[in-house]
Amino acid sequence: MSNMLEVADLGHTYGDYEAIGGLTFTVRAGELVCVVGPSGCGKSTLLRTISGLIAPSRGDVSLKGSHLAVVFQDYQRSLFPWLTVQGNVEFPLRSLPRAERRARAAEALEWVGLSAAAKKRPWQLSGGMQQRVAIARALAFRPALLLMDEPFASVDAQTRFELEDLLLRVRREHDTTVLVVTHDIDESVYLGDRILVLSKSPAKLVADLEVPLPAERDQVTTRTDEAFVALRSRVARLLNVGGKPAVDVEKWAAAERESLSETVSS
Amino acid sequence: MRAFTRGLIGIAGFLALWELLGRSPLLPADSLPPPSVVFGELVRQLISPDFISHVVATVLAVLIAIGIAIAIAVPSGLVLGSVPAVRHATRAVIEFLRPIPSVALIPLALVMLGFGPETKITLAVYAALWPILFNTIYALDELDPLLVETSRVFGTGRVGVLFRVALPSALPFVLTGIRLAATTALIVLVSVELMAGADIGLGYFIMEARSGPGRMDQVLVGTVVAGVIGVLLNNGLERVRRRWVAW
Repeated sequence: MSNMLEVADLGHTYGDYEAIGGLTFTVRAGELVCVVGPSGCGKSTLLRTISGLIAPSRGDVSLKGSHLAVVFQDYQRSLFPWLTVQGNVEFPLRSLPRAERRARAAEALEWVGLSAAAKKRPWQLSGGMQQRVAIARALAFRPALLLMDEPFASVDAQTRFELEDLLLRVRREHDTTVLVVTHDIDESVYLGDRILVLSKSPAKLVADLEVPLPAERDQVTTRTDEAFVALRSRVARLLNVGGKPAVDVEKWAAAERESLSETVSS
Repeated sequence: MRAFTRGLIGIAGFLALWELLGRSPLLPADSLPPPSVVFGELVRQLISPDFISHVVATVLAVLIAIGIAIAIAVPSGLVLGSVPAVRHATRAVIEFLRPIPSVALIPLALVMLGFGPETKITLAVYAALWPILFNTIYALDELDPLLVETSRVFGTGRVGVLFRVALPSALPFVLTGIRLAATTALIVLVSVELMAGADIGLGYFIMEARSGPGRMDQVLVGTVVAGVIGVLLNNGLERVRRRWVAW
């Protein structure tokens, strides 16, 4: 499989503060890779350098394909309030003829199940629906790479599960290459084909882990799967390198597994 | 509906007070005609073509002044708000010009522009510029960087960001500035008409009624109509804002 994104010795420094300390990794076509790291580890800087919003101090980012799309955590601030949902999804497609723009936006809205809301304004929708609009906008752009910055961190737990499954479905249906930046260990294991674990700032690559789970995932059964629990614990331990773990991750995992199976059986 | 009813009660109370004061022996006779007299005169004036032409002259001048002020202040605000160098260079001049009352510029304007309508319109434009200019600059300061980043990620250039993101995002603030500017323009226009010996307009009508026949009822008709124009402008622009930029 060819590489969609190649990052080589990427480093970034703000004044004296080194945010990223030399990262090398690749994302293959059609793959969903999660970047997970402690908060303040330079994940946002990584995302901004990959997306071209800031030029990195050193290293290379090369993208196969002409453009990428970003879905930000803060959907409320990332959607244009003066445009309709349809208008928001059409925003990146300005260079296309009107009819094609329309068609692509309608198609993308259908993928995320929002065809009925096309004429509404973003602020008339719930948080989860707004983030679906942002996802539709990114997909309509047909990016070589879909970058997501903590995409589900601002919605409630129920909506979060729905959006995670929606992401897994659309990226499977449309063979999208995705890079998700998150601080949530469970989310990284649930979504990812591969997980890149970063150290605290200056961010370095601690581990590059394959996720040994089937492509079809389910919020209840996957999260209780032995492989899921084991990988989650491993990532949690990796994130605490050099420091004492804040919680006994194994014990916590076991307790949660138990409570989850209780919920299911009742 | 309750708010509307309360508003009516407030107005009725105000008119009653005015009527009482107008008929009381505390004030010199005929210095404050009561509303019953003023509204009688208002009805007579509203069917007089002469009075209507005064009203039309003032309203037209307000609209022209606002139009010109928008055409100058919005583009200037966009430049000042998005190019810090220009903003720093012009700050001292703007801070000096802004607090000058338009009325203090009347003699200068008369000498420079003469006694035609261009004088009052120029002064009204001067007064109306500032709220629009400052609201536009302020709106650009408040522009959410995430919106800009979003559009840049989708390949929008600098000019595209200005017109497709900054301008629409500034629109609610700009409209508020225009609403404030409209009221200011009206005040300045009527003042200039009153003071600078114009030959048409509401201010001129008020001045003529007082200095000629001493018809205080006509003076108050002019005042009431000026107030009504102000309210209509303000409410109309507020409606426009709510209808078109309701975010």
